Order: sequence, then C-alpha cells, then structure tokens
Amino acid sequence: MTTLVSSAAEPAGPPFRGRLRVPSWVGVVPFFVYVAAFLILPTAIVVGGAFAGAHGPSLTNISALTQPYILDSFLHSVVLSAASAVIGAVVGAVLAYAVASGAPNGVIRRVVTSACGVLSQFGGVTLAFAFIATLGGAGFITLWLQEHGVNIYANGVWLYQLSGLILVYTYFQIPLMVIVFLPALDGIRPQWREATSNLGGTSWHYWRHIAGPLLLPAFLGCLLLLFANSFSAYATAAALINQGGIIVPLQISNALSSEVGLAQANLASSLALAMVVIVVVVTALYSWLQSRTARWVR
Amino acid sequence: MAKQVNRFARAGVALATFAVITACGSTTTTGTSSGVNAATATSAAAFGGMSGLIAAARKEGQLNVIALPPDWANYGAIISGFTAKYGIKVNSANPNGSSQDEVNAVRSQGGTSRAPDVLDIGMAVALANTTLFTPYQVTEWSGIPTSQKDPGGLWYQDYGGYMSIGYDSSKFTITSVQDLLKPAFKGAVALNGDPTKANAALNGVMMASLANGGSLDSIAQGVAFFHHLNQLGNFVPIQATTATVKNGTTPVVFDWDYLSAAHGKDVPTWKVFVPPNAVLGGYYAQAISKTAPDPAAARLWEEYLYSVAGQNLWLQGGARPVEMAALTTAGTLNQTYAAALPPVGGTPVFLSPSQATTAATYLDSNWAQAIGS
Amino acid sequence: MNRRRHRRLEPFRTIVLVVLGILFLVPIGAMVEFSTRGVGINSPRTLSSFTSIFSYPDLTGAIVASLELAAITSAAMLVLLLPTMVWVRLRVPRMVRVIEVLCLAPLTIPAIVLVVGLAPLYQWININLSDSILTLGFAYLILVLPYAYRSLDAGLSGVDVRTLSEAARSLGAGWATVVTRIIVPNMSSAVLNACLLSVAVVLGEFTIANLLNFENLQVAIATIGRANAGVSIAVAVASLLFVFVLLLALSFVPRPGSRRRRVRIGVL
Repeated sequence: MTTLVSSAAEPAGPPFRGRLRVPSWVGVVPFFVYVAAFLILPTAIVVGGAFAGAHGPSLTNISALTQPYILDSFLHSVVLSAASAVIGAVVGAVLAYAVASGAPNGVIRRVVTSACGVLSQFGGVTLAFAFIATLGGAGFITLWLQEHGVNIYANGVWLYQLSGLILVYTYFQIPLMVIVFLPALDGIRPQWREATSNLGGTSWHYWRHIAGPLLLPAFLGCLLLLFANSFSAYATAAALINQGGIIVPLQISNALSSEVGLAQANLASSLALAMVVIVVVVTALYSWLQSRTARWVR
Repeated sequence: MAKQVNRFARAGVALATFAVITACGSTTTTGTSSGVNAATATSAAAFGGMSGLIAAARKEGQLNVIALPPDWANYGAIISGFTAKYGIKVNSANPNGSSQDEVNAVRSQGGTSRAPDVLDIGMAVALANTTLFTPYQVTEWSGIPTSQKDPGGLWYQDYGGYMSIGYDSSKFTITSVQDLLKPAFKGAVALNGDPTKANAALNGVMMASLANGGSLDSIAQGVAFFHHLNQLGNFVPIQATTATVKNGTTPVVFDWDYLSAAHGKDVPTWKVFVPPNAVLGGYYAQAISKTAPDPAAARLWEEYLYSVAGQNLWLQGGARPVEMAALTTAGTLNQTYAAALPPVGGTPVFLSPSQATTAATYLDSNWAQAIGS
Repeated sequence: MNRRRHRRLEPFRTIVLVVLGILFLVPIGAMVEFSTRGVGINSPRTLSSFTSIFSYPDLTGAIVASLELAAITSAAMLVLLLPTMVWVRLRVPRMVRVIEVLCLAPLTIPAIVLVVGLAPLYQWININLSDSILTLGFAYLILVLPYAYRSLDAGLSGVDVRTLSEAARSLGAGWATVVTRIIVPNMSSAVLNACLLSVAVVLGEFTIANLLNFENLQVAIATIGRANAGVSIAVAVASLLFVFVLLLALSFVPRPGSRRRRVRIGVL
C-alpha cells in the first residue's frame, strides 16, 4: 500500500518526471493582481477620502462618526443584518435540506434553485412595493384582516420601521442561503447515514455528531455572507424608510447625493471605512469559530 | 512542463479574449464640426445661425442627458419631440438621480463619451458648481426674466412650480395645511423624499413652516409640524412613488404641483392644493457642461427647450415655463394647458440661496430626531 | 428503517416547500395584481402595462448587453476563481483565509460608495481602452466574488481535493486536467450554483451601471418604470420572469458527471 506524502505545513508538489517546479505563490498571482486593480484600489480611493480634510489629512471625518445619530444608525444596521442573517440562514437551511433530499435532477430542484437565484437579487423599490402592496397601509392582507376585525397596525405601522425591514430583508436572504448552502448539503455522503444506522444511531445522533459538525463550517460561512449582504444593502431600505438615516447605507447616501448643499463625500468615505471595520471584526469572529469547529475536519 | 504552463496559457488567453471583446465593443466619439469650435460657442450666431447649429448637432449624432425621468414635467414628450424633430438620439441616464448626482457624474465621467452634456438642476447645486458650466445664450434670451438667469449665461432657469399638497379627493378634503392633523389622515401623509437630501422635500417642509407661522428664514415651525404629524401617526416615512399613490398607500403627498398633477393619470380624483397663505415657488435651472462630449447637440437642445414648442411642452406637464410672461404677451402660450394649472391665490415667495442653506443646516441637526421612531 | 425515514421525510418536504412557496409568491402576486389594474375604481383588468414595455426602443439593446455581461462574468469567474481556490487548498493552505476575506470584501462596501472608488478607474478605462458597456464586466466579476466563492467553497469542502489531485497527477494529468476533469465533476452542483448566482447578480445589478451612466437591463427597467405606476411594477415582474426562465434553462445544461449521481430520495 503506498503511503501518500502529506505534511501539515506548506507541502511541496510531488516531483514527477521532469515537471517544472513552480513556486507556490505563482498560482494565486492572477487572482491577486485582478483583485488589487479592481477592489483594493477603489477601496483605497474611498478610504483615502475618509482621512481627507479641507486642508490636507485630518481626522474630522472619523470623529464625526461618534455623533449619536450615526452611532444609532450603526446599531440599527448591525441588529438588522444579524437578525435577517440568522432568520435567513435557519429558514434557508431548512428549505435547502428539503430541496437537497429530493431528486437531484428533478423539476422541484431546478424550479426552486432558479427561483431562489432570481429572488436572492430581487430588491430595491419594487421589493419594497411588493411588501407595501401586501402588508402596507392599503395592502390587501392588511385590508382583509381589517375586515375581520384585526388591525395589525394598532400600535403604529411596523412595516416602515426596523422590524418591517427585517421581514423584507429575509425575503432575499432566504433564497440566497438556499443557493450557497445547497452544495454543502450535496456533499453529504449517503454512506454516513447508513453507517450511523448500522451502528445503532438514530437521526438525532446522526445530526448531532456527524452531519451537523460537518455542515457547521459551511453554515457559518453562509451566515457571514448573509450578514455582509444585508449590511451593505441600501435600495430596499431607501424605499421603505426614506426619512432620516436609520441605517448606515442611508446615511452614506445622504452624505453623497444630498442636493440641498449637505453633501459631504468624505463623511461618506469614513462611514464606509467604519462599515469595513465592522465586517472585518465579524469575519475575525467567524474565523475563530471556524478554527474551533473545523479542527478535526480535513 | 507543457501541461503546467498550459494552465497559465489558457488563463492568459481567456483574459486576453476578455480584453478583446471589450475593445471590440468600443465606440469612438466624433469630433466637432470643422471651422466652429462648438465647445466655446456662446450663441447660435457662432454657428452661422440655427441651420448651422442643427447641421453641427446632427453631425455629432447624439445627446447625453441625465436625471430626466419621462414623468417629470413632461420630459418624456420633450425628449421624443427633440429626436423626432432633429433626428438626434437622446441617451437618458440615471432617471432617478438628484441634482447632486448630475454634478457628480459630470465630474467623474469627464472625457468619456457618456458624460452628461446638459444639466437640469436645483438652484442650490447650480450656484455651487458654476465652474463646471460653459456660458451660452439661447435665441430667446431676452424672454427670460433678468432675475432668473446668470448675466454671464452660465445658468438659466427653465421651469418651476409651487409647493403643494396632492391628495385623493374621494377620500379627503383639504382646505388648509392644519387639516392634516385630523385623525382621518392617519397613516396617509408622505413627503417626496428626505428634506436633508431632496430639494422638493425641503421646500415641502418650508411650505408647512410658512403655513404654521414660520418664515423663509425659519423652517423650525415646519419641522415641529411634521414632528407632531409623526407623533399622531399621520406621517409615513416611505418614498412616495406613482405606484404607492395609485395603490392608495400614500393618498396625501407634499410635492411640486407639476409633479403632483401627473398623479391625475392614475387616480382620476387626484387634486392639487396650494395653501393660499403659503405659496412657495421653486425653479430649476439649465446649464451646459464645459466638458460636454456633444457640445453642438447640447446647444441645440437648449434652443429647443426655450423655443415656443419646448416651453409649451413644459406647460403641458403642469410646470410654469420661465418665459411664461413673454409668451403670454406674444400670444403664443398654449391657453388650454395654462388653464389646467392648479389655481394659486396669494403672493408667491421664493427661497434665496442663503435662506435655503440656513434651512438645510437646521434640518441637518433636527430632522432625524423630529421624525425618529 | 429507510422506509420509515422516507415516510417522515416526504410530508416534511411537502410542508416546507408548500408553505415557503406560498409565502414567497404572495408579494409577487400582489405585484401582478397591481400591475393589471385599470385606472379608477371598478375599471376592468388590463394587460396594457405589460404590452407597453416593448415599445421602449432601447430595451433590446439593454437586454443583449446584460446577457453578454452575464456570460462574460460567469466565464471569467470560473476561470479566475476556481483554479485559484483549488491551487490554494493544495499548495498554500495558509492563504485560504486571505482569499476568503478578499472574496467577502466586495460585500462590505455598499455599491454607492464602491462607485466612488471605481469611477476614476472607469474614467481611465473608458478613455484609454474602450467605452463599451462590456467594461462593466471588470466590476461585476468583483461583485460576484462573495457569492461564487461561498458556493464553490461549499462544494469544494465535500471533495477530497488533495487525494484526488495527487492521484490524478501521479497518473500524469496536468493541472488543467485535474481541475476540469477531476475536481469540477465532483462539485458540479456548486459550479452550477456559482454560475446561476453570477448570472442573477449581473442581471439584477443596478447601482454601478446607473451611476456610471451605462444602460443595462435594470437601468432600462428603471427608466421604463417612470412612465406610469402600472408599468413600473409590470416591468419588474417581467424582469423577474425573464431571469427565472433564463436560470431554469441554464439548469438544464448537462453537468459533467451528472450521470453518476443516482436518484436516492430520503437518503440524507
């Protein structure tokens, strides 16, 4: 039996017949060059604006971030993103499981994945209107419930507040979760289930000790994606809560395109910088979680 | 070795193909006509008259406009009328953009063939960005009142209206701004945008201020009014659109009268109310970009807008064209459209630039708290 | 044992699919209902909002441009991202986190701000290279990175990349063969999902195209939508349907190795 040579640190490629030994970093060069040109560079331009003042570099834009209404908007953003991410991830995972446990080439799977693909990118004014037409002040569900004596807006119209935003955001978070989590579910081998039952385990044992831990890294990764997706989403909130800047992207939009003379492009840059910092922190947290849970997975 | 290099070769070919495809799809811009430098012409005379201007514009073949949605002051008909008359294609970009977006686009796209040629912007943004404009005086220059144009020809007002409250008359009756505080208006009142961001919304709050004892120098009463409205639950923060109006979600909207009048298409019982004690007017302004990729077409567009046909098209859209007085004297104003304008009693007032800035600064510090949850 | 689990699984699947299906279709139904309304109370339903969409002259150009962009972006994503991810897993495992963070970065910045940084870059590109709308592909590739990475990563985690690639290389396969004929067939659903998402992202992208003054599908839709209320919603519904049908058609593209998967319901 041949033993495959593998080492924990940077492995050398197997030196087969006359093959050119290419240094490890060469393979990632195209990717890094492209990302540097079209992601790092624009981000640097934006972030540079955060430190620009009227007369050269200054920290005024950064200190402007500590104003109460801006801190409030950051809190709202984080709450909105976390809530819609968690709900989206859980419900999306359940739906993904329902799809993955069916025929791989069946109609249901194709229809659901295509629908999820479309709906995951559906947002903006029309998504807001879809919910307004359904649950808004003159929405057909609202009116139908009123006819039956139930007034869901007795304490104010929650649809136009943060809780309404959370509901609307889950409309595109759930389909997104289905699409990105489905491949992980497809990677589950039927043999694992059979092995569990052969050894006398129940469904609970299977999920708790086998499939759960194996799916957890992918689940956490998708959760992070949903959080970032919701954190920077802007158009839907702009249509539903057009007054005040309840979340950070709305503050940014106010700072960028105010036509009453209040445009401050540099404040928008510092807000964006703060958003990047927050997502970096959340990613670090996720990274730590991953290293804890994925220790025994190859 | 061949196989390992193969991977890079394939990636390189793919990227090169990518570049080739994008290069193949490129368009080149045509230069200006010979003899006349269209980019610095200050009147049609520089082209040898209108026919010279039309010929130069046709040679350029296209016009880039920005933030001119079809349902805003009848721009849909104005744009198609221009194309039908001169055969010049109009590229309409960023239909929902604000005045600041227009100016940002001029700056960030200067030198490309897609940069905006002409601008239709609010006065605050116009006055703050005159370095981006090039002077031009249309043939009808004398028909524009002196106070409504820049003496050097950098900007010139085009159309305007009065701040109004549009409402569905089958559901409500409004005879004064204070009527909105009644319980019948629960969940019904909306602004067209956020006042710290949108010119129309700022004027809406200012109009409410005038109707509640405030003045052009003080918008505080307006903010207090909306704060009260919000506490009663009568104010909704959603963006009012034609869809939300037709759907009945926003049956009462603060907006310019010409924009409000357009809702009559969708809701036959829509009425426009301009409070007699608060007639707040506002005009927009035209300007030609200094770095316009199609300078002759841009100038022809301005001539078209300020011709009798163009001015009457704006009138058809419910806006008051800037040459209205001159056209009335000459008898060329379309009487049918003029009669359809909402009735206005009282003396109109206009925000000066410094008053607008004061109002904006006040809103910046106080609006979010006033309507916060 | 299998049959018992199967009996529990089927009703679970049906309930989940039906309930969620209804919940997701209700807002769309509200949109369809609104867009078929006539003007004024009690006027008859009409499809005029839908039919008037096609009278917009620039719509076909915008659709074609968006489709081309979708194809270019998906292809570029597969060519750039997938080999990089495989390479990193095999040769440079410490960089996995770096790649992951870089691929998540485009989502941390709202598009309205990203455009501020992209605008100078595009000004240079449009003046010196090409003015075509297809140059948007450069930005779109960055935009699809988060979604594509997550999808491909989920698929790759189920493939024993090291063993397979070493086995293939020991039999004389080059890197290209390893990626295209060994790895990809084992994660075909991930590759397909990554492509689906890329197409959906490109066809649904509005902000960057709009602020750079390009006219893609969503910008054309926004312009058409300003004609009147019914049209603004009808055009959104039409766009959803269009992308849905396109993605459905894409899902019928035969995936490499799909014959190997047997139909085993309820085995998960």
